[in-house]
Amino acid sequence: MSTEPTTTEPPSAVDLDDRRVRQKLGRRSWLGRARGRTVDRPLWRQPLTLVSLAILVLWLAVAALAPVLAPYDPLAQHPTTYLPPSGAHPFGTDELGRDILSRVLYGARLSIPLAVVIVALALAVGGVLGLVAGYVGRFVDEALMRLTDLVFAFPQIILAMAVSAAFGPSTRNAVLALVIVSWPVYARVIRSAVLTVRGEDYLHAARLLGVGPVRALRRDVLPNSVGPAVVLATLELGNAVLMLAALSFLGLGPRPPAPEWGAMIALGSHDLSKWWVSVFPGLAILTVVLAFNILGDALRDRIDPRYAKGR
Amino acid sequence: MTATTIGAPAAGRRRVPSLVRFLAKRVAITLGLLWGVTVVTFALVHVVPGDAATANLSEQALNDPSVVAAYRAKWGLDQPIYLQYLHYLGNLLHGDLGTSQQTGRPVLTDLLQYVPATLELAVPSMILALFIGTAVGMFAAVRHGRASDQVVRAGSLLGLSTPPFWLSLVVLYLFFYLLGVSPSGGRLSPQFAPPPSVTGLYTVDTALAGQWAATWDAVQHLVLPVLVLTCLTVATLIRFVRSAMLEVLQQDYIRAAYAKGLPRRTVLGRHLLRAGLVPVITVSGLAFASLLSGTVLVENIFGWPGVGQYAYRSATGLDLPSILGVSLFVALVYTVVNLLVDLLYGLIDPRIRLS
Amino acid sequence: MTALLTVDGLGITLPSGVPVVHDATFSVGEGEIVGVAGESGSGKSLTAAALLNLLPAGTSVTGTATFAGEDLLSLDRAGWQRVRGGGISMVFQDPTAALHPMLPIGRQLTEHMRRHLRLSKKDARARAVELLDQVRIPDPERTLRSYPHQFSGGMRQRVAIAIALACRPTLLIADEPTTALDVTVQAGILALLSRLRDETGLSVLFITHDLGVLSALTSRTYVFYAGRVMETGPTGALLSAPHHPYTAALLSARPHGAAGTGALRPIPGSPVVPGQAPSGCPFEPRCAYATADCAAAPPQPAPVGTGRLSACPVAPELEVAP
Repeated sequence: MSTEPTTTEPPSAVDLDDRRVRQKLGRRSWLGRARGRTVDRPLWRQPLTLVSLAILVLWLAVAALAPVLAPYDPLAQHPTTYLPPSGAHPFGTDELGRDILSRVLYGARLSIPLAVVIVALALAVGGVLGLVAGYVGRFVDEALMRLTDLVFAFPQIILAMAVSAAFGPSTRNAVLALVIVSWPVYARVIRSAVLTVRGEDYLHAARLLGVGPVRALRRDVLPNSVGPAVVLATLELGNAVLMLAALSFLGLGPRPPAPEWGAMIALGSHDLSKWWVSVFPGLAILTVVLAFNILGDALRDRIDPRYAKGR
Repeated sequence: MTATTIGAPAAGRRRVPSLVRFLAKRVAITLGLLWGVTVVTFALVHVVPGDAATANLSEQALNDPSVVAAYRAKWGLDQPIYLQYLHYLGNLLHGDLGTSQQTGRPVLTDLLQYVPATLELAVPSMILALFIGTAVGMFAAVRHGRASDQVVRAGSLLGLSTPPFWLSLVVLYLFFYLLGVSPSGGRLSPQFAPPPSVTGLYTVDTALAGQWAATWDAVQHLVLPVLVLTCLTVATLIRFVRSAMLEVLQQDYIRAAYAKGLPRRTVLGRHLLRAGLVPVITVSGLAFASLLSGTVLVENIFGWPGVGQYAYRSATGLDLPSILGVSLFVALVYTVVNLLVDLLYGLIDPRIRLS
Repeated sequence: MTALLTVDGLGITLPSGVPVVHDATFSVGEGEIVGVAGESGSGKSLTAAALLNLLPAGTSVTGTATFAGEDLLSLDRAGWQRVRGGGISMVFQDPTAALHPMLPIGRQLTEHMRRHLRLSKKDARARAVELLDQVRIPDPERTLRSYPHQFSGGMRQRVAIAIALACRPTLLIADEPTTALDVTVQAGILALLSRLRDETGLSVLFITHDLGVLSALTSRTYVFYAGRVMETGPTGALLSAPHHPYTAALLSARPHGAAGTGALRPIPGSPVVPGQAPSGCPFEPRCAYATADCAAAPPQPAPVGTGRLSACPVAPELEVAP
């Protein structure tokens, strides 16, 4: 004789036994709906993550194949200016008669690789500094913390604006500005990952056994930092695309007539009635950044959420 | 956790001097930070290939060396860097932030004019975002894993992925161009003159002057930019509130509260909220940072004469005193906000207050 | 002794479909302190949670549970709010985690009191002071204004007990209340519970994995393994002459349990993972006395002497020695 399942008050009072048990989920077949809540399924079975991966793959393909996919030359001007979306120009044309669809497609060749470069450089600089500071500690660590505080004292966009304007607006300087603005986050995250490992007893044990500092670094500290670094990098990729677009919107990024999405939005702001000039590049930014954010979020849920908070 | 027995001296007697020490330490750090800001900004502007002269003078003027020289002499740009810096620092200690090379007015005056405009946007946005963000974040945390939680997460990610300047354009297109219910930008419609300046906030000043039609007009101009800023800030807040509340929900004291027979609304409204507030306060500081960033881009679209616009013009014009003024102001705001955050911690969490 | 709480055939299945408690039958009489012994993962904490409906959403519970004549498992939300704290209340393992760090102790004592007992603020405070006296906390007035972190672990647990007693429940469920405390402090808590039982007729369901605590405090004990009741009986008799291989193994696994021999005697194998329990007796893979029949069907507790039940059909014949 069974009673109705009791309605329970506390929504997620999870018992320790229950948590261990939940790791058994996901054994159902691909086609069968995996039991249990979406968030507990492995990454590759969450629909949101799959969608975002698909979007990213799509955009990467676009970036690679833009010359093939684009119907027109992104820089070519036609007499048909300000054409609304139509058969010949699915995204319309801008004030100089350039095809917006082609410009949006080519824009991927700018935004995505540049974002990757920015993140890679910032990770390299910030990561090394954070590693050293966390490992060596004391004065070096203190100095790094003060330095990152200084950078954090400025809102990102204002600092990036200042640097870019100071060195003259160009693609290279925009990248430089964004690297300068974003390296501290990586430094902080890597440093805190290093600090948690440093406190671990097995590191002391290794040192006592004669493992040199560099080897200890490589064997123990580095693998522990990879997880949070990956999560951060994914999220920062989205941020880099947004910041790059913001800079070029302000005229401080890649010089015109480069088809950068932010610059295209700026052009569209000249005449509100011609909505298609701004809307499509904006949607491009939105989808790319959203995909990075969803992916980064899902990754963070897997890897300990404590690490991923940089600031 | 070290445990003091019940015989510990009354907290009140120890609290005041430690608060003073705490504040003194923070003030010292702030001053150090501000000094660092001046050094960095100064250095930055001087590493640059051009200078204010090349940025602000016309082509014609640039071709004439005597004009350039005169400009440089006027603004002291021909002096060695360290002299310029010392000169600046000296003035700073007298409360003089220098004169803007673009507007010709004292930077302090400029700031006093532009800052209230930004505050008029930032403060309502922050308050709205706090209420909405906390409520929705709690809601999503309580419904963890269910459909409504997923929707909230997706929505907040969407908000975070949206470029602020694009959202402003979209919103303007919808409400101004298509529906005609909103003004197109600026702080007041052309038929209204700015009110006599008391606070610098048009909504307040027009009310104080009894110009009710202008007040309503000013409010209408506020709606769209505040809407955009709120959306963006709410997105950040929801995520943090949600994860903070989720952590609290795992705690035994929530179960214990239910075990006492307390109704859900009490457990959520008192136990959950109070415990979750600490991280919420932290993130409010961060959210304020993103808000300030957002104003730069949003003010641009809405033609709002605030600090964001001022910063943009100063940066592109390489107007050193203005850049310095804005940087210092921003750094100061951050540190004040961080200070408030730390003080609020102490207020809410007795473990911090009474240690 | 009249039964205050009667649980018959309790079965708990988690939302994921994994069954964690099978056919558990136990009871607590008025003024009785009953022990529930078992390792982590034996289902004892979930059983306790089920009695207060503190299980994760979507858990299904079968069987019957009657408390003071009322059917617990058919209670609605209002019913549970009434029973929790007022009829049955609970003390958790970690007092630091179970007390809200940001609410003053006075608030945590009075908030449910005012609801359940309809007291005014003044009366509630007065009663709170009484309760703190009852659990022997000095300077109750100041305690009311203080916060949990200002006290030691033992004091916090006393406060937790005071909170649990605030609305005059008749049954207190103590889920490993002394595990997180020093041995010396432990003794104080046990003495307190004993005294409360003597003074107020409080019944206690005491969950623990510490056999020493069981013998010091409880009059009857249920031994849980893999979500089933393996054995039950008066505590003294149970621990000196167990009728189940698992109980015997637990006893001999204690470092000072083995009579003078040097080597430790752990139980071979590892505890059952919920959801992967073998059909038949769950202890069979680790049992030194298992027969072919043991793996066939899950055993039912059967009487093996006065007031004793054992789920092991083999044990009475084996005269298992501790």
